[in-house]
Amino acid sequence: MGRFILRRFLMLVPVLIGVSVVAFLIIQLAPGDPAQLMAGLDATQADVEMLREKFGLNRPLVVQYGMFVQGLFSGELMSLRYESPVMEVILPRLGHTLVLALSSIVLAVLIGVSAGVLSAVMRKTWVDYAATVLALFGISMPVFWWGLLLMLLFSVKLMWLPSGGTGTLAHLVLPSIVLGTASAGIIARMTRSSMLDVLRQDYITTATAKGLSARLVVGRHALRNALIPTVTVIGLQFGQLLAGAVLTETVFSLPGVGRLLVTSILARDFPVVQATLVIVAVFFVLVNLAVDVLYAVLDPRIRYHG
Amino acid sequence: MARGDSRTVLVLKRICRNPIALLGLVIIALYVGVAVFAPWLAPYDPLGQDLSKSFAPLSAEHPMGCDEFGRDILSRVIFGARTSLIIQVFSVLMALVVGVVLGAAGGYFGGWLDEFLMRCMDVLLAFPGILLALAIVAVIGPDLHNLIIAIGIYSIPQFARITRGSVITVKQNEYVTAAMAIGESHFSTIVRYVLPNAVSPIIIQTTLRMATVLLTAAGLGFLGLGVQPPQPEWGTMLSTARMYLRSAPLVAVFPGVSIMIVVLGFNFFGDGLQDALNPRLKD
Repeated sequence: MGRFILRRFLMLVPVLIGVSVVAFLIIQLAPGDPAQLMAGLDATQADVEMLREKFGLNRPLVVQYGMFVQGLFSGELMSLRYESPVMEVILPRLGHTLVLALSSIVLAVLIGVSAGVLSAVMRKTWVDYAATVLALFGISMPVFWWGLLLMLLFSVKLMWLPSGGTGTLAHLVLPSIVLGTASAGIIARMTRSSMLDVLRQDYITTATAKGLSARLVVGRHALRNALIPTVTVIGLQFGQLLAGAVLTETVFSLPGVGRLLVTSILARDFPVVQATLVIVAVFFVLVNLAVDVLYAVLDPRIRYHG
Repeated sequence: MARGDSRTVLVLKRICRNPIALLGLVIIALYVGVAVFAPWLAPYDPLGQDLSKSFAPLSAEHPMGCDEFGRDILSRVIFGARTSLIIQVFSVLMALVVGVVLGAAGGYFGGWLDEFLMRCMDVLLAFPGILLALAIVAVIGPDLHNLIIAIGIYSIPQFARITRGSVITVKQNEYVTAAMAIGESHFSTIVRYVLPNAVSPIIIQTTLRMATVLLTAAGLGFLGLGVQPPQPEWGTMLSTARMYLRSAPLVAVFPGVSIMIVVLGFNFFGDGLQDALNPRLKD
C-alpha cells in the first residue's frame, strides 16, 4: 500500500510541473504585449516598462518561468492590487471556499446517495422516474440562476436567510444548496447505475435466496460495493465544486478564492490569477490522489501491482 | 454495412420507446429551430431600445416584458438561442476534432506517444470545470470568437480520454489485427475499422458536452467574461438582471429558464442515448 501511494505521488510530479507551466504560459496568450495587458490600456509607457522590468517580461521565457515558480514559493510574487505576496492574498480566502465546498459535498452525498439507492431499488416505478427527472434538473440548473432564484425567494421575499456575507451557519445554507445541487444529481445518477449493476450480481441473488430481508441485502451486501464507483465521482465533484465556487461566490458575494479569481481578472491582477490557478489545481489533484487511495482501501480486488 | 444500419435502427427504436429521451429530442429540435429562424420569429429588434418601456411588465405586446433599456426580452431570448447554438456547435466541434485525433493516436499507437498525450490531458484536466476557460478568456479577451476557442480547448481532454479508452478496447478485436495483416495502413485501419466501432461513447460525450458547454458559456457571460452586451446572450442577460433583482425580478426569469430547458434537453437526450447504446441494458 505504501509503495502504491508513493508511486501515485511520483506520477503527480509531471502533472504539477505541467500545471505551473500552463498557469505561467497563459499570460503569453495575450494578443500583443503581456506587460501592456497587466498595466491596462490607460497606463503610461513608464508604468508598462516598470511592470516589464518587475516581472522580467523582457527576459527569456525559461528565466521568467523560473522567476514565477521561485516567486510563488518565496513570497516574492506580489499581487498588483493588494501589494502583498500572492499567497497572503489567496490563503485566507481559500478557507472560505473549502468550508463552502465541504458543506456542499456533504449535502450532495447525503441527497445523491439516498436518491440513487431508492431509484435503483424501485427501478421503473414512479419513484425512479421522479428521482431521474429531479437529478437531471439538478444537473441542468445554471448555478448562478439557481442562486438568484433561491435568493429571491428566501432572502428577498421570505427574509429567512441572508443574501450574502459570511460568519454564521445561516450564511452557508443557500450557497451550499446552490453549489451542491448539480453534484447531488450526478452522484444520484452514478449511485443508481452502479447499484443496478451490483443488484444483478449472483451474490445478491444468493443473499435474497437465503431469505435475507431486502433491507439487509441492500444495506449490507449491495450498497458497500455500489458505493465504490460513487467515491470516484465524489472526488471529481469536489474539483467541480472548487470551480463552481467561482459562480456561487459571485452570486452571494462571498470572500472566497472563486470571487478573488474573478475580481483579480477584472482588475488585471495576473499574478494572483496565475497563483490561484496553481493552488486550485494542486488541491484538485491531491484530492483525486486521496480518492484513488480510498478506492484501493474500499475494494480489495484493486491491489496495485508494481 | 447492413449490420451498422440495423444497429442504428435498433438504437432509434430504443430512443423512441424512452419518453424522457424523446422529450429531450423535441426540446433540441425546437431550440435549433428558434436559433436558425430567429430573425423571422423575433417580434422586435433585440438591440432596439425604448427607454419609455424600461422594465415594462408582461403584456400581449411584450410577452416576457422589457429590460432596463426597454428592449423586448422575448426577442433577446430568441436571438440568445442563436448565440448559444453558435458557441456550442463550434466549440464542441473543435474539441471533438482535436480530442478524437489525439485520443485515437494515443490509444492506437500506445507507448510514449500515448503516455505523453495523456499526461498533457491530465494537466488540462487538473484545472477543474470552468477555470481553464475562464483563465483563457481573461487573457485573450471576451468576445464570441475567443469564447469558442477557450471553451473548445477546455473540452478537448474529455474527448481525447473517451476516444482513447474506446480505441484501446476496439483495437483488441481480431478484425483489427486482420486489417493490419492484409496490409492496411495505420491511418486506414484507424479510420475504417477502429473509429467506426469506437463511436458510441463519443456520440454520448458530444451530446452531454453540448449541455456543459452551454452552462459554461452562460456562466462566463454571468461573470461579465462571456459574450459582451448589447449582444443578446442568456448568461450575460442574467448578469445585468442580477443588478435589478429586487426591483424587477421578472427580468431574471426567462433567460434562466431558457438555459435550463435547453441544457435539460441535451441531458435528457444524452441520458436516453446512453441507455440505448449500452449493450448491457438489453430489455
